[in-house]
Amino acid sequence: MPQDIKLRVNGDTKTISADPEEPLLYILREEFAFKGAKYGCGLLQCGACMVIVDQKAEPSCLRACSSFENTEITTLEGLAQNGKLHPVQQAFIDTQAAQCGYCLNGMIMTAVALLEENPKPTELEIRTALNPVICRCGTHSRFIKAVKLASENTKA
Amino acid sequence: MEDLQNMNSSRRSFLKSTGHLLIGFNLLPLTFCQTKGAPSEIPPYTGVPLRPTIDNKLIDSWIRLDAEGHLTVLSGKQELGQGIKIALIQIAAEELDIHPDRCHIINSDTGQTPNEGFTAGSNSVEGSGSAIRQAAAEAKYHLLKMAAQKWNVSPESLRVEDGVVVTNSGEKVSYWELLEGKFIEERISGDIKPKKPEDYRYVGKPLHRDDIRKLVTGESHFVHDLKMPGMVHARVLHPPSYDATLESIDLNQVEALPGVLKVIRNGSFLAVVAEREYQAVKAREMLKELAVWDKSPITTLPDQLVDNVLNTSGNPDEVEVSPGIAELISKSAIRHQADYFRPYHMHASMGPSCAVALWEPNLLTVWSATQGVYPVRDSIADLLTLDKEKVRCVGVPGSGCYGHNGADDVSGEVAIIAKEFPGKHVRLQWMREDENKWEPYGTTMAFRLSGGLDSDGKLLGWDSIVWSDSHSTRPNGSGGSFIAARTLDPPVEFRKGGWSGGSHRNGIPEYSFEAKQLHLFNYDGPLRTSSLRGLGAYANTFAMEAFMDELAHKAGKDPIDFRIKNLEDPRARAVLEELAQKTNWKNRSKSANNGFGVAYARYKNATSYFAVLAEVEIDKAAKSYKLKKLTGVIDSGLTINPDGLKNQTEGGMIQSASWTMLEEVQFDEDGITSVDWNTYPILRMKYVPEVEVHIIDRPETKPMGAGEAAMGPVAAAIANAVFNATGSRVRNLPIKPEKIDWESVN
Repeated sequence: MPQDIKLRVNGDTKTISADPEEPLLYILREEFAFKGAKYGCGLLQCGACMVIVDQKAEPSCLRACSSFENTEITTLEGLAQNGKLHPVQQAFIDTQAAQCGYCLNGMIMTAVALLEENPKPTELEIRTALNPVICRCGTHSRFIKAVKLASENTKA
Repeated sequence: MEDLQNMNSSRRSFLKSTGHLLIGFNLLPLTFCQTKGAPSEIPPYTGVPLRPTIDNKLIDSWIRLDAEGHLTVLSGKQELGQGIKIALIQIAAEELDIHPDRCHIINSDTGQTPNEGFTAGSNSVEGSGSAIRQAAAEAKYHLLKMAAQKWNVSPESLRVEDGVVVTNSGEKVSYWELLEGKFIEERISGDIKPKKPEDYRYVGKPLHRDDIRKLVTGESHFVHDLKMPGMVHARVLHPPSYDATLESIDLNQVEALPGVLKVIRNGSFLAVVAEREYQAVKAREMLKELAVWDKSPITTLPDQLVDNVLNTSGNPDEVEVSPGIAELISKSAIRHQADYFRPYHMHASMGPSCAVALWEPNLLTVWSATQGVYPVRDSIADLLTLDKEKVRCVGVPGSGCYGHNGADDVSGEVAIIAKEFPGKHVRLQWMREDENKWEPYGTTMAFRLSGGLDSDGKLLGWDSIVWSDSHSTRPNGSGGSFIAARTLDPPVEFRKGGWSGGSHRNGIPEYSFEAKQLHLFNYDGPLRTSSLRGLGAYANTFAMEAFMDELAHKAGKDPIDFRIKNLEDPRARAVLEELAQKTNWKNRSKSANNGFGVAYARYKNATSYFAVLAEVEIDKAAKSYKLKKLTGVIDSGLTINPDGLKNQTEGGMIQSASWTMLEEVQFDEDGITSVDWNTYPILRMKYVPEVEVHIIDRPETKPMGAGEAAMGPVAAAIANAVFNATGSRVRNLPIKPEKIDWESVN
């Protein structure tokens, strides 16, 4: 049975009526019209559906939406502040780090969470952090470059 | 340029009013328009009126100038993440002297773009690009002529600055003012010469892709992101294996689930339509629990595959015959023979395929990530016995496909469902296992190669025998090309495509020989196959260039020198020479723990030249190896966008490394067992090699397709590097560490 669920996404709180077991991903895409997070596998294997939950990057394709009450959820759409792109977003544009772009949400959200925790990561730390996110086009080397650039452009 | 004054088409015949009936409306929501971060003096772009293309020879079929100061390019080629949009915009902007920020592009829509078949074979720049270049050059010619008549001056005296025609005395009129929103109705004559490369200002520059800005902010971009008013969600339940049929299922329980609007059973085709996406997912889970299937086992299993391929019955196709070649090779001072093998490989798109359809009384519209909107439209019309004119297929970007993945099949299936649920937009997305189990794979292949050299290392004879299943089962106008068609009642017969030239693409390398021969056995294997990036060229080049390395080793020659000495084409030699220089080849630091491998091929023996060096590092104690670095050199003629070319080439190198080192479709008698990323692992961030790409730009030559050039050479370079490091020659892909003879490593 649907029930009222209060979610805080990108700074706004909204109460929606949904099956409490419905994974957050579908809620974000249908109720909030946030299309950044994507379905890739529904199995926690690919990272296409990454969001940031209380500063940590986390897949949204399986975990029940009701369990996100009282958390702070950030999606790709919530990264830009006052019309200014997040340094990670800007770095992805500057390095033209995309081919098809289906994995970009996962790559960017994971990189943002990484830089929050570790503003000056080594290449190995970047690779390790982004490892859960699949990219089939082979754009990896540009993603590494983009995260390094974002790190340089972020005040520690 | 010819005397423009002598051309006698008047302004009246050149321009017709916009009296065409503008049918329909812009079918994509506004977020899908190509809005750009343009300078403020350019008014916002609102798209062009829908106007069906009637003839590819009309300028207007490719190039439209509106009244507000924009250029719209129309292309039948789809954006697949390869960056074709910006490349085609650069070409049009260049010829017309319009700033690229004013330019927009509409890709692949049977309602308004030219029919260019499939976006495949690295043909878009060569095909669509040259059509757009010519159309734009001729549009400029006619526009200059109009301006010249206005001021009674010669067209040659005029110049263009960002779409504004300027006379010597400083008078100005823009293209947009000249046209006043009317269409250019002239035909493409082919008589007007496009610009010379030395005059280029946009072509050859690393302009940014506009779609990346949308992607990083999460704007709607993919067919997966389409949201239509009242849209409902569908899922299909495919059979557990290819020929399984549905014995029984109780649909009542599924129909009673919350949000379920309809459950469709047609023969063995099962689908569910629900209000919310997750409700459709849950309903599919229940269908899966309840369905009882009559299974039909797969009889050839993976451990029997090599023998099964090599025992293909019947006579081979004689692609190239050279009587006496066996004798030539047997009498050569140095001779060698070896067999190679490639398993089935998956496209494994990251986003499972998705499509949206709307069935209306007079029109079925399908939004699809297909590589060919026209062939898919024709195939859907055939499947549902509709007139082609009653079906419109609109191309929308999908997750990277790398060939014929599930995008076409999901489009056929959503059309079947929309027919059962008319009047509503229906969105169908496949689940991960649907994509992995039902996409048509890159086929397994086998090779038996024989070659002979003289004592100086000069190639004398080359004999290739290739075994391959089909690389071409794309929709071709027949409904039977969709995987769902065979499950319907009555079933539409599924016919695999022919065994195309794709099987022996690069089946003989491009070196100079006294004699060469190529035979092809057409294998009919257990799994569904079709086009995967490069078709046969990937595995052919793996085998040919690994064999070249074996020959070089037998002859005691340096692998780069050996290739250069056997190549006549100076451009082929140049990519190898550049590779040697960029990688400091002569002074490479070989140690006990590393190895270097080289490979080279000219894709299709006719397009881009690509040479690559792979460096591997081994850990003898752990019995493992790691691909450290790939360095590539590419010559694809005139470079339209160097950053786009690098991006495509880097991607091809990493994807090929993944196929080559890790990938193999697994199956048993009950069907495909590579159902997700754990059972079909691909290369991930921790283990991707460093990649470096160098371009040899040749502005004086025609641009050539590049997206597939790296696939084959990278595979061979890795095999050759593993041999160089370990002394083990792995001829059976993928090159897994357990195939290396670690005991014999020094």
